[in-house]
Amino acid sequence: MKSLDELAKIKESRRAALKIREGVPSATEKAHVMMCGGAGCISSKCLEVVDAMKEALSKNGIAEQVQIILTGCMGPCDMGPVAIVYPDATFYRRLKPKDAEAIVEEHIMKGNLVQRLLYRAPGAKEPTPKVTDIDLFAKQKKIVLRNNFYIDPTSIEDYIANDGYAALGKALTQMQPAEIIEEVKKSGLRGRGGAGFSTGMKWGFTAAASGSPKYVVCNGDEGDPGAFMDRSVLEGDPHSVIEGMAICGRAIGAEQGYVYVRAEYPLAIERLDYAIQKARENGLLGKDILGTGFNFDIEIRIGAGAFVCGEETALLTSIEGKRGEPRPRPPFPANAGVWGKPTVLNNVETWANIPEIILKGAAAYAAIGTEKSKGTKVFALAGRINNTGIIEVPMGTTLREIVFEIGGGIPRKKAFKAVQTGGPSGGCIPADYLDTPVDYDSLGALGAIMGSGGMIVLDEDSCMVDIAKFFLDFVVDESCGKCSPCRIGTKRMYEILDNISKGKGKEGDIELLVELATTIKATALCGLGQTAPNPVLSTIRYFRKEYEEHIRDKKCACNVCELEE
Amino acid sequence: MINLTIDNQKVAVEAGTTILEAARKVGVKIPTLCYLKDLNVIGACRICMVEVQGARTFIPSCVAPVAEGMVVRTNTPAVIAARKLVLELILSDHPMECLTCLRNQNCELQDLAKEFGITEVRFDGAKTEYPIDDSSPSIIRDPRKCVLCRRCMSVCTNVQTVQALCAENRGFDTLIAPAFNEKLANMECVNCGQCSLVCPTGAIVERDDTAKVWAALADPKKHVVVQTAPATRVQLGEAVGAEPGSIFTGQMVAGLRRLGFDKVFDTDFTADLTILEEGNELLQRVTTGGTLPMITSCSPGWIKFCEHFYPDLLAHLSTCKSPQQMFGALAKTYYAKKAGIDPADIYCVSIMPCTAKKYECRRPEMNSSGYQDVDVVLTSRELGRMFIQAGLDTTNLPEEEYDEPLGISTGAGEIFGASGGVMEAALRTVYEVVTGQTLENIDFEVCRGLTGVKEATVQVGDLSVKVAITNGLGNARKVLDKIRAGEADYHFIEVMCCPGGCIGGGGSPIPTNTEIRLKRIDATYTEDERMVLRKSHENPAVTALYEEFLEKPLGHKSHELLHTHYTPRGVNK
Ligand SMILES: Cc1cc2nc3c(=O)[nH]c(=O)nc-3n(C[C@H](O)[C@H](O)[C@H](O)COP(=O)(O)O)c2cc1C
Ligand code: SF4
Ligand code: SF4
Ligand code: SF4
Ligand code: SF4
Ligand code: FES
Repeated sequence: MKSLDELAKIKESRRAALKIREGVPSATEKAHVMMCGGAGCISSKCLEVVDAMKEALSKNGIAEQVQIILTGCMGPCDMGPVAIVYPDATFYRRLKPKDAEAIVEEHIMKGNLVQRLLYRAPGAKEPTPKVTDIDLFAKQKKIVLRNNFYIDPTSIEDYIANDGYAALGKALTQMQPAEIIEEVKKSGLRGRGGAGFSTGMKWGFTAAASGSPKYVVCNGDEGDPGAFMDRSVLEGDPHSVIEGMAICGRAIGAEQGYVYVRAEYPLAIERLDYAIQKARENGLLGKDILGTGFNFDIEIRIGAGAFVCGEETALLTSIEGKRGEPRPRPPFPANAGVWGKPTVLNNVETWANIPEIILKGAAAYAAIGTEKSKGTKVFALAGRINNTGIIEVPMGTTLREIVFEIGGGIPRKKAFKAVQTGGPSGGCIPADYLDTPVDYDSLGALGAIMGSGGMIVLDEDSCMVDIAKFFLDFVVDESCGKCSPCRIGTKRMYEILDNISKGKGKEGDIELLVELATTIKATALCGLGQTAPNPVLSTIRYFRKEYEEHIRDKKCACNVCELEE
Repeated sequence: MINLTIDNQKVAVEAGTTILEAARKVGVKIPTLCYLKDLNVIGACRICMVEVQGARTFIPSCVAPVAEGMVVRTNTPAVIAARKLVLELILSDHPMECLTCLRNQNCELQDLAKEFGITEVRFDGAKTEYPIDDSSPSIIRDPRKCVLCRRCMSVCTNVQTVQALCAENRGFDTLIAPAFNEKLANMECVNCGQCSLVCPTGAIVERDDTAKVWAALADPKKHVVVQTAPATRVQLGEAVGAEPGSIFTGQMVAGLRRLGFDKVFDTDFTADLTILEEGNELLQRVTTGGTLPMITSCSPGWIKFCEHFYPDLLAHLSTCKSPQQMFGALAKTYYAKKAGIDPADIYCVSIMPCTAKKYECRRPEMNSSGYQDVDVVLTSRELGRMFIQAGLDTTNLPEEEYDEPLGISTGAGEIFGASGGVMEAALRTVYEVVTGQTLENIDFEVCRGLTGVKEATVQVGDLSVKVAITNGLGNARKVLDKIRAGEADYHFIEVMCCPGGCIGGGGSPIPTNTEIRLKRIDATYTEDERMVLRKSHENPAVTALYEEFLEKPLGHKSHELLHTHYTPRGVNK
């Protein structure tokens, strides 16, 4: 592809071919079945459903008139396998291979919806067939996951049809590098990898840094237990990340990008690799992109799987082929990143926001969210909640809306106790704060963090000492061992907690935990150690009584901890 | 210049200076553990934390650069408490065995515990347990005492470029060890002991062989002779508490006699002998078209390094044994015969600044006398301990002279201890032997000093002799790579395994740092100047040795006793 015109032509012709997914019936095609191919649905055997459906289509002689497309994660994992059938956008859930025939013969051939497979809102008598009418989706706002209901992740044309690479075209032909950076700054976008640093500022620092070449890196290490937001993006819409990175390349003057993906994500690696290949074939990566003279290419680096490799300096050393271990900052990656050169490092989700910001403008993006947290955020809902899975909501949505409206509340009529945000670096927020708007600063003020978007809901049966111990166990295992406070300090905290949970706690243990926690936070080398005590501190802050019961009364009110006599 | 305040004092330092160095400039001492200037600046231990106004956390002063207008407080109660807790944590994973530790009273961890006034460790949880690795003839690793400062790893990787040590496992189980926790003896470790020199604790120490020596001294059947390496006389003072740079030759000799050694000889003697053998070998290679450049072979760590990493260049090595091993071979042949003692009864001890010598004396090639030529090697540190154990006030002993004949030496033998010394000694002799003229100025200043790679061209008669001198194996690599690439037109290269040469060897007193190395080097050249004889070929005992026993340099006997061969070893995969 050597020009914007060519890009526009592809878009036009593909868009026409995909009208059916916008609800316009087609003369030649009966349906597009978008089958969710996210991790959850794969594990609930969606591929068998696909096979059964193909068989049913062939049997009825309409294989040519129906497309089955495996998409990225659609979100409602606990309902999987799920599918959307276009043009009418019917949402089906909990599909079994044996349901394929009914969908083909009743719905696709006769236009009769298969009632038993439709979604029913909790307590509702009537099903909600249309995906856009379903409360769970209606409350969401999709920017990062904008394509997950619509495109085939292995089709660059699908991506282009939905405005893909238009932002890159705009950045290359209508914007100066400084304008791009300014636009990203004005959008208010903050890093989605955890720390929430202004993306535009980071790009500005790197652009201004001396040293060349410069690099663009995507952090796809995603090590938080239970998190799979980035995986969903990489599997479902890999071109959005490629496009975001290329735009940054133009903004800071870099020609090489790296995407660091954990080895545990083979499908993400495969999809991304394929997308990079297609982008190159189409002249959207490589030399002289869109005939503008701009060169940019991307390589994939596969991570060794340690959680700490997601920390930026560890990731950069790991890219260089060394043991992935954090190093002190400064120097920051903006000045000395990969191979010691100025480098922009952003999270997968951060990257996926970029095309939208450039294409629609900073103002439109900044209109979403709160004063200091703009845009949307993707969360992985887990724990004691009805709708587990991936959601994307505007910043500022309250915890209550997320848990009770989108998440469908707590199962088995149990009482909500707390929500743990930010994974092992985060904290627990109790019921009193359910009306807190979810944004970087509000969560921080409560002793929790936004983190990368993990949200674990806890009900009345969850013991907070046990929860704290669970997260601490994780960081003790994942500490890289370089600095003493984290290496030894988290271990000691774990040992004290373990004793408390076994009824062997002593008076003074809580104070000692707080002393350790405060010092580790203030002295550890990297973010892992600096945040590792958060789950303990926040549970002590809001649930101190539970700790005291374990220590004084040798009692676990939730009957979770096994106390020794 | 960057302006900042540290503990309310205004400070102006160059950009890029760390807070720690800036503080030192104004006399503010910040405690450290992992930090080692220029060698290990990784911010791992978190002992050096300070408060910086506006910062979210405390800041590691050893790695954090100063910034304009920075306000630093190094000793607020909060920061002191934090450091103390970090130290308490480190101690909670440490076997408190000071009383039975080789580093007792010379341990940075112990010093910190004392400075911080630690009286209690409140954590009684798990401790890291890894077995002691005593596979190496030279050094012993006890990972339990390791504080994971990584100084050893930095030195081994960056200075020596051997990379025998790395970080393994994660979190509480982190281990600094050979890859896959392999035994050190099975690695490319060259036994240089530089790791033991920088280790702040007793986690890497020299193998203590003093018991063997005490036993030999106690054995009436044994005739125990000792040789002292050139560098030891500028080290032993430090080992018993004197100032760095003290010259301790006479006191050391006196002390050795008091310990009961039957003869106190000097490796300087065989250093002179080395010059005659090696000088002639060089001339022979030059005149007969032999392999050039020729490289010195007196540093056993370097030899093993070459065998592992440059086996293709082994033909460049001089075939001369090291002075220590020449001495051993002669002690049990020439000296035995001369003194009328059965060599089986001779017990040959070396005092060396070096841990690699412990390995060298066990090499199978080193049995030319029909016995193990050198029975045991003690480092300067070990001899220092023997002096102290024997209750000797060595510093105040009247100075004594070495025994004859193997104790007679020249200034040329003495300077072997400093980087460039072998080259300078060789030039003094080669010049006079080749030209038949007396050297006017025998001080070859170009050879001296700590520069990693020194080069010079010296006119010897018709021949412009091109030489290079390297110290520290990383520097040797630079020159070896040039040889490999066919870009080196040197005739003669001196390679010393350890930074600064033997005066900075892995068996040196602790601490050994750049400043102390320079003091020992100064002392070495002072000692050289004090000698009556300063050229190896003028050593009368060496002349007598040739007349009475060896006949001539590179002769038959020399080949049998004084020369050796090497083994290509390659690198583990
Ligand atoms: C222990 C640790 C693990 C991290 N893991 C990730 C990760 O998996 N993915 C990620 O994007 N950022 C991770 N981060 C944050 C990164 O260091 C970095 O801030 C981020 O990738 C920058 O991108 P952003 O500005 O777009 O958020 C981690 C940080 C720490 C301290
Ligand atoms: S805080 Fe933990 S993970 Fe980070 S450098 Fe220190 S030991 Fe490693
Ligand atoms: S290493 Fe230091 S602190 Fe540890 S036992 Fe030895 S002397 Fe004591
Ligand atoms: S003795 Fe030398 S080569 Fe061996 S581990 Fe120590 S520093 Fe490395
Ligand atoms: S062995 Fe010594 S130098 Fe090496 S990491 Fe351990 S304490 Fe530090
Ligand atoms: S001395 Fe600064 S972190 Fe160890």
